[in-house]
Amino acid sequence: MRIGVVTFPGSLDDVDAARAVRLAGGEAVSLWHADDQLYGVDAIILPGGFSYGDYLRCGAIARFAPVMESVMAAAAAGAPVLGICNGFQVLCEAHLLPGALTRNQHLHFRARDQRLQVETNRTAWTMGYTPGQEIVIPLKSGEGRYVADTATLDELERSGRVVARYVDDNPNGSMRDIAAICNEAGNVVGMMPHPEHAVDPLTGPSTDGLTVFTSVLKHLAGVAA
Amino acid sequence: MARVVVDVMLKPEILDPQGQAVANALPRLGVTGVTSVRIGRRIELEFTEPPEPETVRQLADRLLANPVIEDYTVSFVSDEEPAGEPA
Repeated sequence: MRIGVVTFPGSLDDVDAARAVRLAGGEAVSLWHADDQLYGVDAIILPGGFSYGDYLRCGAIARFAPVMESVMAAAAAGAPVLGICNGFQVLCEAHLLPGALTRNQHLHFRARDQRLQVETNRTAWTMGYTPGQEIVIPLKSGEGRYVADTATLDELERSGRVVARYVDDNPNGSMRDIAAICNEAGNVVGMMPHPEHAVDPLTGPSTDGLTVFTSVLKHLAGVAA
Repeated sequence: MARVVVDVMLKPEILDPQGQAVANALPRLGVTGVTSVRIGRRIELEFTEPPEPETVRQLADRLLANPVIEDYTVSFVSDEEPAGEPA
């Protein structure tokens, strides 16, 4: 399975995301922000970082990068798309996911190993987890506070689209402790913490993040079968 | 030349921690009695020809502001009254 990892100017975690894909058993394909096609990849990851310097708003300029037209078309056609951190911000700016990510309530950048509860396995990127499972993966963001109006939040809860929540201590003031959400079909997931940094015991606090990448491979194998 | 000013503000119901931090710093200047500080963004655009209002609205709605969390106003400024004149 070929998983594309997009590099925008200012992306930081594209290399780690590609490595996570390989550790999970997939083939990582580098995509450039200026590409006008996706080279036949089966799924796409928008990695963390500071695309276009986070100018204007995080993700606001990346959302109009040439490659995003193809990404949006692929997402609409059901291809799995994962946005991590800055990638989550890009997905919200592109309206592939509802709501927005704003400045942390306490104004401080937060970098720490974060405990999460995975709420649903009915997404392409979390099907390998058990609902309610607690995991620990790194979080590192200054604008990670998820906000949406009450109707949107209620709809996300009602339809089981809150994918993961912060446990113990909400690190940024995120509404309803939301750390990750998905679209209606479950193929597009946005996640503030970084599963790609928790795939190897040598460098991460756990290997809990690897399941995100094995999940999508399993999902794609199921689609192909 | 035509100048357009787009003012972008966080919606009233969206928390503005940056404004709060500034509000908390104001007493250090000896000024009290400020009950609220909200921080927004002013964007000045110059066009070769006066643009269609709908064109500017699209720019504001799609890129300059994020209507999920921000409100914006558009003002068309004539050459005679330059925008951003310092007080």
